[in-house]
Amino acid sequence: MPSLANPTRFLSIVDAVVPWLAGLTVLLLGFGLYLSFFVAPPDYQQGETVRIMFIHVPSAWLAMFGYMLIAVASLGTLIWRHPLADVAAKTAAPIGATFTFIALVTGSLWGKPMWGTYWVWDARLTSMLVLFLLYLGLIALWQSIEEPGRAGRAAAILALVGAINIPIIKFSVDWWNTLHQPASVFRMGGSTIDPALLTPLFVMMGAFTLLFVLLHLISMRAEILRRRVHALQQIEVQRAGAGA
Amino acid sequence: MPDLGPHAVFIWGAYALTFFAVGILTASILIDDRQQRETLAELERRGIKRRSARAKPAPGKKK
Repeated sequence: MPSLANPTRFLSIVDAVVPWLAGLTVLLLGFGLYLSFFVAPPDYQQGETVRIMFIHVPSAWLAMFGYMLIAVASLGTLIWRHPLADVAAKTAAPIGATFTFIALVTGSLWGKPMWGTYWVWDARLTSMLVLFLLYLGLIALWQSIEEPGRAGRAAAILALVGAINIPIIKFSVDWWNTLHQPASVFRMGGSTIDPALLTPLFVMMGAFTLLFVLLHLISMRAEILRRRVHALQQIEVQRAGAGA
Repeated sequence: MPDLGPHAVFIWGAYALTFFAVGILTASILIDDRQQRETLAELERRGIKRRSARAKPAPGKKK
């Protein structure tokens, strides 16, 4: 871990890992789509609509994973002042926001034929919408404060306060009477889903998770380079001022 | 392509939207990454380097 604290060392690791990770992601995503459309049978209740679950569930998982990553990175920013923690948090937000958006919209598209409505204000859907708004708030905060250190600390505080929403999302279906069905994949006593549907779901979750990690690594690299560019531009301005 | 029944439009819509959103996200990240690399290379080409980079010997040269 100490070697990863060095941004230059981190960049060289990212450069080496990204091509392999990209290849693996494409392969697993292709395999997952094949299983989703050509191998997985229709569900006895949902029919063909169950295929939306193969993108909805991984997106919802990554929506929460992304926010937990930001929360842990925020601790790294505030407590340990890790040089990459702020970069990791900042770059995870747009990716997490995108997957939250996908989870919300694909859930809506599943809800219309299954529930008869695109949206209800139940606890699970509302807490996911709150998560999306939290992501947008974090992105706006990072955009509105120019100095990265100050922006990182302010965003870290907001991210940690907002982390309370994650257990609310997870347990909302147990704590309240929701239209959204209770947990069926990760639950005490094992999954209630048939293996014929569970296998494509896990493959797609793996593919989506690899995609998240891949995009996050590339985005972190771009952010580190952006800060270097900013530092060099300041040196250039200082030189120009000294020469004038 | 499999026959997705009466709800095909919802299924295809969900997949299309997912790939569109992920495509936009991926493209924006890759474009940003490339822009930062090019800007950094241009600055270094003009001789503007970080102190740590200036202190290191050039690749292939010994101190």
